[in-house]
Amino acid sequence: MQTLRETAIGKTVSVVKLHGEGAIKRRIMDMGITKGTQIHVRKVAPLGDPVEVTVRGYELSLRKEDAQMIEVQ
Amino acid sequence: MSVRIALAGNPNSGKTTLFNALTGSNQFVGNWPGVTVEKKEGKLKGYPDVTVMDLPGIYSLSPYTLEEVVARNYLLGEHPDVILNIVDGTNLERNLYLTTQLMELGIPVVMAVNMLDIVEKNGDQIYIDKLSEQLGCKAIQISALKGKGIKEAADLAVRAVSQKQAVVHKFDKKVEEALSDIESALGNEIPEDQKRFFAIKLFERDDKIAGQMKKVPDVESIIAKVEESMDDDSESIITNERYVYISSVIGKCLKKAKRGELSLSDKIDQIVTNRFLALPIFAIVMWIVYYISVTSVGTIATDWTNDVLFGEIIPPAIENVLVSVGCAEWLQGLILDGIVGGVGAVLGFVPQMLVLFLFLAFLESCGYMARIAFIMDRIFRKFGLSGKSFIPMLIGTGCGVPGVMASRTIENDRDRKMTIMTTTFVPCGAKLPIIALIAGALFGGASWVAPSAYFVGIGAIICSGIILKKTKMFAGDPAPFVMELPAYHMPTVGNVLRSMWERGWSFIKKAGTIILLSAIVLWFLQGYGFGPDGFGAVELEDSILAAIGNTFAWVFTPLGWTQGGEGWKMAVAAVTGLIAKENVVTTFGILFGFAEVAEDGVEIWGNLAGCMTAAAGYSFLVFNLLCAPCFAAMGAIKREMNNAKWFWFAIGYQCGLAYCVSLIIYQIGTLLSGGQVNILGLIVAALMIAAFIWLLLRPNRDDGKLRVNMKGMAGA
Repeated sequence: MQTLRETAIGKTVSVVKLHGEGAIKRRIMDMGITKGTQIHVRKVAPLGDPVEVTVRGYELSLRKEDAQMIEVQ
Repeated sequence: MSVRIALAGNPNSGKTTLFNALTGSNQFVGNWPGVTVEKKEGKLKGYPDVTVMDLPGIYSLSPYTLEEVVARNYLLGEHPDVILNIVDGTNLERNLYLTTQLMELGIPVVMAVNMLDIVEKNGDQIYIDKLSEQLGCKAIQISALKGKGIKEAADLAVRAVSQKQAVVHKFDKKVEEALSDIESALGNEIPEDQKRFFAIKLFERDDKIAGQMKKVPDVESIIAKVEESMDDDSESIITNERYVYISSVIGKCLKKAKRGELSLSDKIDQIVTNRFLALPIFAIVMWIVYYISVTSVGTIATDWTNDVLFGEIIPPAIENVLVSVGCAEWLQGLILDGIVGGVGAVLGFVPQMLVLFLFLAFLESCGYMARIAFIMDRIFRKFGLSGKSFIPMLIGTGCGVPGVMASRTIENDRDRKMTIMTTTFVPCGAKLPIIALIAGALFGGASWVAPSAYFVGIGAIICSGIILKKTKMFAGDPAPFVMELPAYHMPTVGNVLRSMWERGWSFIKKAGTIILLSAIVLWFLQGYGFGPDGFGAVELEDSILAAIGNTFAWVFTPLGWTQGGEGWKMAVAAVTGLIAKENVVTTFGILFGFAEVAEDGVEIWGNLAGCMTAAAGYSFLVFNLLCAPCFAAMGAIKREMNNAKWFWFAIGYQCGLAYCVSLIIYQIGTLLSGGQVNILGLIVAALMIAAFIWLLLRPNRDDGKLRVNMKGMAGA
């Protein structure tokens, strides 16, 4: 299973499934990361975490730990 | 008939700018009852009986963040007459997600599509009539920044009152069937036009919605059936369908210009959060903020207010008046030392604070503050803090009062409370004389004492963060760090100044009272007592405060203060330190019989060395560093916590921690330096260390639930 966490910088991927539950999953979905959404990984913060992605035309930052919940292809 | 408009929209959608444009200076700023979320209300310009309620900036009406719960409680419970939904035109897709939810509340919605100027500059085209038709609500394009279309948006909102809001968006057929089954299971207590919202929330298994219903129907079997046939959980089904629907709407209403090159904001971001440049740039920005608001301009302004305005100008002027009218001496004392001194203590912080707030407002509205959280998150999240906690702590090295106030920029409730509680552990400027005093008197001016004080402060922050985030008070509130990084833009002067003034004023108003009162009480306690001629004005050593110090000095015996028989002086000095920490040194001066001492108290070094061991001295220093800060900072804590229980929890925690750490330092320090060891004290110290280690290492009890007292918010 490939997740957003392992996705290389500069790659664009599409969401297959969201794992996990509760507040964080809902927040991720509320921010527009749902099944089939295109996510472009823009950069990693200077200390290695979190990551910055472009989704639905805007910039979003999320921690790698949470990015792991997002299965992509 | 009075009309209430609720202004709702995403963060960074220009909501504050629109609110300011709609209401002008006619605003009332407060907090939602019992929570630290800011509440703003204002009168609509040109409509004497229309009020506008600015709801917190939210992305959704989920049950997971405080802002969202506050907003939906207001919308459901208070039922405003119309919702003015501000939408960022440059980011329609995500913004419309909230709109689809607002439409289900049974309240007429008017949509203001903001950032018209930027949309046009980008060459994009929004077909507003089509959008309005597709969504089933009135819509208008505005530019809050340029003041375009604001009057028209307000007119539309007022005219939409008492119209019915039709729900255009339908979910999948299976979901709609389930929703209508749930709706029919709802009792009559739910108004007809809110039934759809309640049904959707029940379908999503929203754990906060039950708190607003008398009778909760059991709909689990209905939900489970849909989940099985659609192979997903109900919350995901709803969210997915909303976005699918929005995509279809956008396809018809938005034409994006082809964009090959990067936007200006993208280019700025490439440099500012660059892997290698980000940290140096961050350091420079922080240095500028610190240099101007703490080292130079801010301190000059504050010193002038304290030393000149409330030192040379106002007190003599008032004294002249009082003397000329033949005012009684005690009343003169009360007015000059108690009241004027207290007011001075409040206002003295204001100039520095305004300078700092100016920076904060700029950093927030230009978009850099979100990047600070992005850059610093990795370090701070380990201690239950936010990346944005960096600024309060940095400012706290100058003065804890603006430091605590700076925590306002942290959105997450838990991170903010944690920051408020721990910021004053950083040694502030006023604690430096205490450090110099102890270093000089007991350690021969050793150069390690001052840096060690900073390590103690930072250590206290880190350990407190780890310990507190595992306590019942903090566990639970989830802090998902899924954060929008808004596009950079130049803020308007008006908005920055307004934000600066609002925060400064809220400090004067909310923190001022407690500071003034406690200054007067302490002025009385240290100036009055039973002297040789009965009760009256006396010297400090005969005062009520000294008597109290004498009575309670034993409390500090385990900390080593009473060893030399002068423990009450330490206790009194620590208490007067609550007015301002540098008072500790002057109080010692007075108590040891010196009229005036230098800032580092060089005259009394000998006296202190005579009644304290090095271990006791360091324990005294640490106690003063960590215990409750000065009254001004306590006022700021009270203002920012906005809750008596949390305020006392913070103060109690700080004092308790100070006591335990000082005790450990004294007992272990005495053992290591070969002093006279007290076995009982040593056992207590060992037990405390063990307790600390357990608190640090025990497992997390985070269960991901937002604990909000719905009853406490009922009056919202």
